[in-house]
Amino acid sequence: MSIKGKAFIAGIYEHPTRKAPDKTVAQLHAECARGALEDAGLSKNDIDGYFCAGDAPGLGPLSMVDYMGLKVKHVDSTDVGGSSYLIHVSHAAQAIAAGKCKVALVTLAGRPRSEGSSGTTPRNWGANAPDVPFEFPYTPTTVNMYGMVAMRHMHQYGTTAEQLAWVKVAASHHAQHNPHAMLRDVVTVEDVINSQMISDPLHKLDCCVVSDGGGAVIVTTPEIARSLKKPPVRILGAGESPKGQLGGKVDLTWSGAAVSGPLAFTEAGVTPQDIKYASIYDSFTITVIMQLEDLGFCKKGEGGKFVADGNLISGIGKLPFNTDGGGLCNNHPANRGGITKIIEAVRQLRGEAHPAVQVKNCDIALAQGTGGSLGTRHGSATLIMERA
Amino acid sequence: MDYQYRVVAAPTVTPETQAYWDAANAGKLLLKFCTACNQYHHYPRALCPHCFSDQTEWREAKGMGTIYTYSISRRAAPPFTMAYVALEEGVTMMTNLVDCDFDALKVGQKVRVVFKPSEGGPALPMFTPV
Repeated sequence: MSIKGKAFIAGIYEHPTRKAPDKTVAQLHAECARGALEDAGLSKNDIDGYFCAGDAPGLGPLSMVDYMGLKVKHVDSTDVGGSSYLIHVSHAAQAIAAGKCKVALVTLAGRPRSEGSSGTTPRNWGANAPDVPFEFPYTPTTVNMYGMVAMRHMHQYGTTAEQLAWVKVAASHHAQHNPHAMLRDVVTVEDVINSQMISDPLHKLDCCVVSDGGGAVIVTTPEIARSLKKPPVRILGAGESPKGQLGGKVDLTWSGAAVSGPLAFTEAGVTPQDIKYASIYDSFTITVIMQLEDLGFCKKGEGGKFVADGNLISGIGKLPFNTDGGGLCNNHPANRGGITKIIEAVRQLRGEAHPAVQVKNCDIALAQGTGGSLGTRHGSATLIMERA
Repeated sequence: MDYQYRVVAAPTVTPETQAYWDAANAGKLLLKFCTACNQYHHYPRALCPHCFSDQTEWREAKGMGTIYTYSISRRAAPPFTMAYVALEEGVTMMTNLVDCDFDALKVGQKVRVVFKPSEGGPALPMFTPV
């Protein structure tokens, strides 16, 4: 069974906060849900399916369904880190196609900025995680893991620090138009490579922001979506793929997008050349280059050349990306950027992006997420959508 | 930037991996080898992640390899270097690079195993340039 055309995205909301010391995580989830319902023109009682991941407090869907007072008959708490929400949209489309629910709500929220989270703090997934004894003592952090990915890419393909920097430069060109973005100053390649070295070869400006906030998406049936006021966005295809260390045959030169991408393109019946706008998970500049290659926007190893010279800047380059400023400049709520990737893609398809970055005739868009770490184990998710 | 001595967090020792840590304390690097599919794997498991056989056994590694990739965490106190080292046996393991000038490291460089203490736990295999 294909999900192509079986479900639509009818509501989106990105919380405007970037620092929320006076709000709870549950409250942020609920405010995002309410925002997406208002956007869709639906009410809370219309929701009969709920999707959340590890950022949801307590016992995930049980805690949040109870907190928000939802009456649902379908829940899904698939957690693969920051790409979970793209998978939730895909799973929601499957559930809708199977008749399990009609109006599915996906929420993400968190307060890593208020809680003092940092990408240079070692992450420990607990004593029962089988990999932890063989990794945690060596002090893996989010940034040194991605640093190792970038170092290998540079060694194997000749990718340069300047090419990595172009990803951030393009994001900053977009963020200047987003009043909610954390970082709105346009930066140059020199600014990036002259910023502090955090973990070789990644500089401070190669890294995404740490922000509080959240977002929500509503997925529904074609019939309900067409009855609502907002331009409907049809889901064309999706793919998901976890990838790890392959039993010790570690290969950091490709990501799960090499699997999830072709799955999504095949289901959608489109090719990379058909994509007018792409939201690409940008935890770090290297993350974008890896995924662009694996999705087939360029050949493996040529991502650095592809992103250079403003090729990702809307109105200038061949592939406008992350026109909200992305995780590098705008927002990375809960240290999980997946939902904002969906939201900006929907804005583009609706024609609701900022006029300065709106892609003309944006009929097909892609959203790509990477959760966990490209340096160890991650979950890739690809979602392709169409203006209906 | 030179390596500075640091004592890292202790790994959690489990029945599945006790032998690995006992050997590390004795200055030996063990790997799991599957006699059903004749392949090493890492990190060590009871069941082979390649063929899912339970016919896995411990074998001592030569402790020699090359740097697959690395990253210098310059802002940490003290700074340290994360790495993946590709062992001669054909598996690649996460580790730290020690007893060297971090700025002189190169991908592809030959390294050998050394053992460094953890805080109240077993010794950990790390690597230094040959």
